[in-house]
Parts: sequence; C-alpha cells; structure tokens
Amino acid sequence: MPDLGFEVLLKGKNMARLLGGLGTAMQISMISVAISIFLGIIVGILMAWKNPISRAVTRCYLEIVRIMPQMVLLFLVYFGSTRAFGWNLSGELSAVIVFSFWGTAEMGDLVRGALDSIPAHQYESAWALGLSSGQVYRYIVLPQTVRRLIPLAINLITRMIKTTSLVLMIGVVEVLKVSQQIIEANRMSSPNAAFGVYLVVFLLYFAACWPISLLAGYLEKRWR
Amino acid sequence: MPEEVLAIRHLKKNFGELTVLEDISFSVGEGEVIVIVGPSGCGKSTLLRCINGLEGIQGGEILLRGTPVPKKGKDLTKVRQKIGMVFQNYELFPHLNVLENILLAPMKVQKRTREDVKEEALAMLSRVGLESKAESFPRQLSGGQKQRVAIVRTLCMHPDILLFDEVTAALDPEMVREVLDVILGLAEDGKTMLIVTHEMQFARAVADRVIFLDNARICEEGTPELFFDKPKTERAREFLKTFSFQRKSRKRQEVS
Ligand SMILES: Nc1ncnc2c1ncn2[C@@H]1O[C@H](COP(=O)(O)OP(=O)(O)OP(=O)(O)O)[C@@H](O)[C@H]1O
Ligand SMILES: [Mg+2]
Repeated sequence: MPDLGFEVLLKGKNMARLLGGLGTAMQISMISVAISIFLGIIVGILMAWKNPISRAVTRCYLEIVRIMPQMVLLFLVYFGSTRAFGWNLSGELSAVIVFSFWGTAEMGDLVRGALDSIPAHQYESAWALGLSSGQVYRYIVLPQTVRRLIPLAINLITRMIKTTSLVLMIGVVEVLKVSQQIIEANRMSSPNAAFGVYLVVFLLYFAACWPISLLAGYLEKRWR
Repeated sequence: MPEEVLAIRHLKKNFGELTVLEDISFSVGEGEVIVIVGPSGCGKSTLLRCINGLEGIQGGEILLRGTPVPKKGKDLTKVRQKIGMVFQNYELFPHLNVLENILLAPMKVQKRTREDVKEEALAMLSRVGLESKAESFPRQLSGGQKQRVAIVRTLCMHPDILLFDEVTAALDPEMVREVLDVILGLAEDGKTMLIVTHEMQFARAVADRVIFLDNARICEEGTPELFFDKPKTERAREFLKTFSFQRKSRKRQEVS
C-alpha cells in the first residue's frame, strides 16, 4: 500500500490544529449565515414588493454579488479597505462582511422566489373566506413561504460553509491553511502528506455539511 | 316574491380599454338558484369576482341584503364572510389538512370555538362522503374530493349566498358527477346560489333561472325550460348549438 501520509496527522497537535481550523471556518460561516438570513428576509421582501425602485435597487445588488467572484470581494474588503480608508479589518471580520454581503443577496433572492411562488388564487380564496390581509399573511402566505424556503436556505448554508475555505487567501487560519502548514512542515519526512491531509479535510467538510443536507432533504420531502 | 339577497344594478366593469361587463342588472331572491352561462371570455368569472370585491367596479352597484358591498378594508372583509365563493381550481391551502382548511376561517374570522366548528365540519364532510379524509392533506385527494372539501369549507362560514365559478371545469369527467350532486343537494336545501357552469344538463336541472351573458351584457334571461328549449335570441341558439354534436362532416366526405 502506498504511503498516503496519514501519519503526519498523528504527530504532535496536528489533528487538534486541523479541528481548530475547522472551528474557525464554522464560526465565520455561522455568523455570516445568521446575518444573511436576517437581512436576506428583509431584502427578499423588498425584492418581492411591487415597487419599481425597490425592485431595481435590489436587482442591481443581486447582479453585482453574482458577477463578482467572492475572492475579489474578499481582497477588496481586506486589502482595499486598508489602503483606501486606513481601516485595519481583521481577516475574520472581512470574511464575515463579505460572506454576509453575498449571503444576504442570495437569501434575499430565495425569499423573493418563495414569496412569488405563492399563487395569486391562494390569496384570493383566503380573502373570499373573509380573512383580513394580515390573517392571510399569517396563516396562509407565511407558513407556505417558510416551507418552500427552508430546504433552499439550508442549501445556501452548506454553500456558505464550503466557500469559507477561501478565507485562507487573506490569512485567516482555517482548515485549509492549517493543512498547508502541516504539509509544509513535513515536506521532508513525509512527502505524500498532501494526499492524506487533504483527504481528511475533505472528510471534515463532508462531516459538517452532510447532516445539514440530510435535514434539507428530509424537510423537503415532509413539506413538499 | 321572496326577500332579495343580492341585487346588481347597472354594473359596469372594464380592464383598461376592454369592457368586460356593461349595464348588468339582476337580483337573486332568498333560496333562488341562478345559473349563468355564456361563451368563454364573456365575463362570467369577472362578474362573480366583482360581487365579492376581488375586482373593483367602474359603475353601478352591488347590494347584499340592501347594503352596498364595500370597496375595500375591514367592511369588505366583513361582507365577504357572507358571500361564499368556490373557484375552478379547488384552492385548498396545501399546508393544512382537510379539517384545518375548513376550521381556519370560522375560528379566526368568526371566532367560533374549535369544538363547535369541528363538529359541524365533520358532519358536513360525512354528508359529502369524505368523513374518512378529515386528516388528509389536499395533495392526497382527487380533484373531485378537493372540490367537495372546498364547498364544505365555504358552507361552514354560513354565507348568505354561494358563488360557484365553473367548479367542475378542471375535473376529470368521472369526477364531475360527485361534485354536481353535492350542489344539487344544496339546491334541495334551499341555499341561495349563483352558479357559472358549462354543464348544460346540470344547469337545466339545478336552475330556477338562467342568465345568458354575451358580449359583456345580459343577452337573455328566463326559466331553464324556456332558455334551453325555446331560446329567444339568435345568439343563444348559436351558443346552445355548440353543445350538440352532429356527424355531417364525415358523411359529406364519404359522398364526395
Ligand atoms: N385581470 C384581467 N386583466 C385584463 N383582462 C382580463 C382580466 N381578467 C379577465 N380579463 C378579460 O376579461 C374578459 C372576461 O374574462 P372572464 O374570465 O370573466 O371570462 P369568462 O366568461 O369567465 O370565461 P371562461 O368561460 O373562459 O372562464 C376576457 O376577455 C378576459 O381576457
Ligand atoms: Mg371563467
């Protein structure tokens, strides 16, 4: 059997460092996810609003976010803000800003989609029963929107977790960065470490995202 | 003459340039069943939608028991409880089961107790043959079953008048009967109803009076016997002809 370089992980505190890196990545993604969901709901309602100005502004925002590679945004906020405004944002804070900026737009679009997907006759049959507009939202529109939204939102969360691996580019020490450090440090003693270490990283990401995906699938089936 | 439940006077409705209803006047007495027929696009659905305020009107008035149907707001919400409407595409709420679909409005709008409405709902469900489906979700029901639930849901609000807009148009033929039977039963009970349908046999059986709408106007009005057997206007004759079939074309081909 070829040497896959797993042994480096058993050396010293390497495994613990790797998990610590995953912790950092999770922390950044969870904070960004929380902010994105909160702001995304507000932006989504603005997007669904039949007001041409709010539609145009939110549309622009979404397009910008979609066109810009997240890496460019990260560099812009982390390096650019130091240059332009003399701010000294930490890597973690920059990451949270960028991922929230991105996540809010994506979440907003999901909320808009879910709201738009409630057919007009759902509103009409509820009104015809004598429900007030407030009651229609509370008992008919909201529950249906949430059901459509949750599987999609969970999907977005897993995408956000995966994308946090980009933050190594601005010096945040998360899983991939730790891996690189471990691989570098053991270049001489175990030249194949790259495979073993990255495989473990893959498994760590899988372990973080798989349960979330499962939950999404389950809810989707249950709420169809 | 029985008491007047609904009166429509010189109703006018347009969508932009398009005039959909022009000078429509008629009234519906207590316990009366009126069937509205007419070619596609003549404004039947729009007429029903105007009556419970889903569409604004451009002229005339709509009176429910003598008081005008308000344009919007709390007053409209109140009047809508008195006007039951069932649509073509069985609009049940997909996230609620059959019983919750029925209980929602009586409990939230009329503030009746759950036990009270539930008892009534179950009785009505069993009357339309669906007592075993109370816990089912709409997606688990056939079209005909959904439409019967929609009717029960409306009935539980105890409306003064029921509006039916082509409630069987979206159903497979074998399910049409079960729904029409329910409506015939309601007619037997003396419910006041305004029914739009393309089922002419049913119209003849259920109607006390038929209104024929064409080109945004009431073109003819009368008892079902008169309307179906001796239509007065050419337009009505043309319209009724579209419901009978002949095999002229094939014979002609064989001859030539
Ligand atoms: N929201 C709307 N905006 C503009 N035009 C409309 C709207 N709703 C209906 N119309 C038009 O009004 C006319 C009447 O429509 P309506 O749906 O009342 O016809 P209908 O008699 O119910 O026809 P059908 O038998 O096909 O159901 C049609 O020409 C239709 O295109
Ligand atoms: Mg119609």
